[in-house]
Amino acid sequence: MDGVSKKFRKGELHDSLRDFIPSLVRRALHRRPAGALELREFWALRDVSFDVAPGEAFGIIGSNGAGKSTILKVLAGIMRPTLGTLRVGGRLSALIEVGAGFHPDLTGRENVYLNGTILGMSRPEIRRKFDEIVDFSGLEEFIDTPVKRYSSGMFARLGFSVAAHVDPEVLIVDEVLSVGDYMFQTKCQEKMHAILGGGATVIFVSHNLRAVTELCHRVLLLEHGRVVETGPAEQVVQTYLRRALAGVRDTANKDVFISKVAVRGAGGEAVAFRSGERAWVDIELTARRECQKLSLSLFLRDEGYQDAFNTSTERLGLGTFTLRTGESFRCTYQIDLHLGQGTYHLGVSVVRYDIQREFDRWMPAASLFVSADRDVRGVANCYPEVLVLGTARPPAAAVPPRP
Amino acid sequence: MLSRVRSLAARWDLLYMLTWRDIAIKYKQSVMGFLWALLIPLVIVSAGVFLRAGMSILTGKPLALEDVASVSVKAVPWAFIVSGIRFGTGSLVANATLVTKIYMPREIFPVASVLSQFVDFLVACVPLVVLLAVAKVGVSIELLWVPLVVVLLLVQVLALGIVLSAGSLFFRDVKYLVEVVLTFAIFFTPVLYDADTFGRWRTVLLLNPVAPPLEALAATVVHHRPPDLPWLAYSGAVALLCLMVALAFFKRVEPYFAENI
Repeated sequence: MDGVSKKFRKGELHDSLRDFIPSLVRRALHRRPAGALELREFWALRDVSFDVAPGEAFGIIGSNGAGKSTILKVLAGIMRPTLGTLRVGGRLSALIEVGAGFHPDLTGRENVYLNGTILGMSRPEIRRKFDEIVDFSGLEEFIDTPVKRYSSGMFARLGFSVAAHVDPEVLIVDEVLSVGDYMFQTKCQEKMHAILGGGATVIFVSHNLRAVTELCHRVLLLEHGRVVETGPAEQVVQTYLRRALAGVRDTANKDVFISKVAVRGAGGEAVAFRSGERAWVDIELTARRECQKLSLSLFLRDEGYQDAFNTSTERLGLGTFTLRTGESFRCTYQIDLHLGQGTYHLGVSVVRYDIQREFDRWMPAASLFVSADRDVRGVANCYPEVLVLGTARPPAAAVPPRP
Repeated sequence: MLSRVRSLAARWDLLYMLTWRDIAIKYKQSVMGFLWALLIPLVIVSAGVFLRAGMSILTGKPLALEDVASVSVKAVPWAFIVSGIRFGTGSLVANATLVTKIYMPREIFPVASVLSQFVDFLVACVPLVVLLAVAKVGVSIELLWVPLVVVLLLVQVLALGIVLSAGSLFFRDVKYLVEVVLTFAIFFTPVLYDADTFGRWRTVLLLNPVAPPLEALAATVVHHRPPDLPWLAYSGAVALLCLMVALAFFKRVEPYFAENI
């Protein structure tokens, strides 16, 4: 992809002939170069360039509206770039929405065929893979039920199952790993790894930073349609987190507010840690009015904003503290990050428990990126060691047969 | 243009499945099912017979069985022309999720919609043949023209479906315009009457490219006469030209589909 830009218009386009004719006349009178913006137009992508090697897993991250999906649509050929060129070598399959083209009145079986051909498979190919697809979805019982009676989870599972069996040379994936329950998500991730292992090139767009770092070799960070950074996954994810947190907090009318939060590792300020590493969190509070019986709470949340860890000075047996008007207050927490691989958001809050009042909360005050040397997933790192692994008994009659 | 046709052919299975889908969903959860494919032609045929009966009272000539047969032979393809254009026009908008989510040669949507209506037409032909047999219309060598004429009609409907589907994607006005035209077009097309009825105005009527093939069907099937060849050639030329223009136009505007739908 080389210098690709894409222009969009905000608001409604002339949707009927009445609006169209004046605009045609206007356009005929003075031609504008493609690189210029007219009223209400904006660049959804601006001068985006990147290369993806065959067999590589390439991630694209960025906040909402950064232009991620537009890149995918341009790559998939759904849209044509306003400027710039791109080239895709090989059979391309785009998973921009699972179950696209499913018809609610058709049965699961019929939709597998329909969706499969839409995604570029031939009918004999689908016939060959049909059992595998249904098996993967886990929907054998319901395969002859119209999909309008499916739950949204079942719908998405069937959609992903079809898509995962296309065997493309270039696979473009947009946020599809977040379908179904936990078990199915795990299955999807494994399938993605298998597709990658089969030599396919994968371009992956997601908000799930953990999934991106696990899957992708290189990542591109997009902000307002422009490339901020392209590089190794972990490095780019950190840049993203640092930039995402640079927002401004409004503390104007708070009696006590958190004026500073900084995270240090052994070598100074840091956002990247290895699992088990020690970290220090420096917190500074400032009081506008006198406040009593305060305690300071520290918590870590995982990417799904689920509590991974939560404590407070009061719960640690340190009692409460009082701040007088104009006073500053400092606290340093020392924590050991026995965490599984992933991104964690660190939050701080000042609370008075007896009257249930929260004076200030800063979440996320920082984001930590934890890497593990072994492939341990989940929130905690339990440092697994395998001590015994092998057949325990000959398979013969030693196990009593089932009655 | 050839490369477009080739890429369409490469997705034959997709075309098949989309056509099949359009047929399958139309009659799902309906009691009458495929009988619906017969209803509209039947209504048009009745209207034609009614009109012919009125005309015969006016002119004092008795209503010939041949006239009824001729109306039927033209009414059944007319039902296809109307529904083919209608479904073709709406096809891209109806498949908006696919147009914006997945890339494929998009001509496939109007083509599949028209083909699904064509299948309905073929179904409606079965009772038509029975009717013609009962009316003792008989057979002749001229029947060999029928496949050619039907293909000619199909090409015309395809061309219109392709252009209009793209047009109504950008401007919904097109759809309403098409509805209005289709509703009244039967008055301007020799379906319920013969072009000859209008005497020297016949030429004007036959300028409508749909008219010569319809007249050719009546001539060959009912009257066992060869078709009016110059007019049929004119219609065929228009059809091919329209199809070429339609594909070229479609190709030109296709890159803007996803963001304008």
